[in-house]
Amino acid sequence: MLLIFVFVLSIFLGVELISKVPSQLHTPLMSGSNAISGITIVGALLALNHVTNDTLSIVIGVAAVAFATINVVGGYAVTDRMLAMFKKKVKVEK
Amino acid sequence: MILPIELVDLGYIIASILFIYGLKMLSQPTKARLGNGVSFLGMLVAIVVTLLSQGLDFSWIIVGVVIGSLLGLVSALKVKMTAMPEMVALFNGSGGLASVLVGYISFHQGADMSTASLIAIGVTVVIGGVCFSGSLVAFGKLAEKLTDKPVLFTGQQVVNVLILLGIVVGTVLFVISPSVENQYLIIYGVIFLALVLGIMSVLAIGGADMPVVIALLNSYSGLAACGAGFVIVNKVLIVSGALVGASGLILTNIMCKGMNRSLANVLFSGFGSATPAASGGGSEQGEVRASSLQDVYYVLEAARSVVLVPGYGMAVAQAQHAVRELGDILEANGTEVKYAIHPVAGRMPGHMNVLLAEANVPYEQLFEMDDVNPTINTVDVCIVIGANDVVNPSAREDKSSPIYGMPIINVDYARTVYVLKRSMNAGFAGIQNPLFFKENTRMVFGDAKATMQGLIAEFKE
Repeated sequence: MLLIFVFVLSIFLGVELISKVPSQLHTPLMSGSNAISGITIVGALLALNHVTNDTLSIVIGVAAVAFATINVVGGYAVTDRMLAMFKKKVKVEK
Repeated sequence: MILPIELVDLGYIIASILFIYGLKMLSQPTKARLGNGVSFLGMLVAIVVTLLSQGLDFSWIIVGVVIGSLLGLVSALKVKMTAMPEMVALFNGSGGLASVLVGYISFHQGADMSTASLIAIGVTVVIGGVCFSGSLVAFGKLAEKLTDKPVLFTGQQVVNVLILLGIVVGTVLFVISPSVENQYLIIYGVIFLALVLGIMSVLAIGGADMPVVIALLNSYSGLAACGAGFVIVNKVLIVSGALVGASGLILTNIMCKGMNRSLANVLFSGFGSATPAASGGGSEQGEVRASSLQDVYYVLEAARSVVLVPGYGMAVAQAQHAVRELGDILEANGTEVKYAIHPVAGRMPGHMNVLLAEANVPYEQLFEMDDVNPTINTVDVCIVIGANDVVNPSAREDKSSPIYGMPIINVDYARTVYVLKRSMNAGFAGIQNPLFFKENTRMVFGDAKATMQGLIAEFKE
């Protein structure tokens, strides 16, 4: 029940946090929040810890870590690349 | 070294706070880049704390992290800005798949699981599965490996409802089944159905509606991570997954508003499958007037104000640099230059902004639809660069049109409109555009980039 409480509050927090977004930030917000969804890597790391000698577990665990890492690393890198372009543009003007 | 549980929890709280601040800053132009960094720091804290929490065996972890980092980093740095929508779709799918795997492996390793855990596993693999296969189909459509048109067949809704029912029944059986062997069979079945549902639902959506789909899939990937949080009883996953879920829903909502349609309409109407002839307005077209580059040059040379309206065609032709160059030349010539951006132009939220930023278009020249429309009747020239439905006056005038009610950029109110277009094919919504036949409209046929370069050459002569 506590977990559901946390979940519901977080949803409301998210909605309140990002209600107004200018359109030039739509893509970075999307890819940046997408990177956060790679937090599932924590689950993947813990799962891989319980692995014994079971090959299936190892394969799936390593795959889970790898895919989550792609999401995290790729997501943050691509967002930073985009936002660097936005920043450069502002500097050029001033 | 093994951290005591209190410190681990403290680390997770710090990570959650960093995510919250990061997201908040990501929605403010001046702080966005720093915000992304803050959120990355949160991710690092969460990962490091996890690694230290139980003295994990790092050998396999390193393998996974190295593979994932290389793939993620290389693709993020290599990808062209025009290919950004499909890149985001791939990253998104990758997160969804990771959540499915976490859900499955937790079941595989767990013994005597509680009902709550089993429900969480079921929900996680379903949302993650839909997110994964849906993102792959979205990638295929955006990369033009699959058809851009909605794929429809008779009885599609019925089939989708049946799949959904199968998923619900399967999940319930999974939770209540007393036999572990049966549970394995059922979870494979449920994952399979979830993958099929993701494929079916995104296949049925046309290219022009992709911004909505991408935003929605983004939300799913957050909810899948959230589900994984319930599975492993970890609050940082629940908090951050829910934040992503909420932000994805907000973007989805903004995109739907940009088209004045409900989410249900976008997802289920098969929008864009109509043939041009069947969608009305086909009989009252009249004559199309084409213009040569030289004619356009003379008009632009004398224009006091020009509004450039980019669309997906600009991305396809990779014309953003040429567009900016022409904009600069016009500006140097004493013309007032504005770029008008429709919220759903392109294939993902904010697509045009990304491309124009890449081409170094000054931020001060970018205008949102609502800022341009009130004064557009005083504008000398509007140049429509590969946009179609977002400038279609039917949305304003023709009640029988499928896009009636969608807010558009009223380019037809300008004195002269040039439409850069490859051919007279209808737009992605499959609707004929009366703009092309208006008195003040001239068509400039050809590749948008080549046309832009031709105009630049005219100015330089």
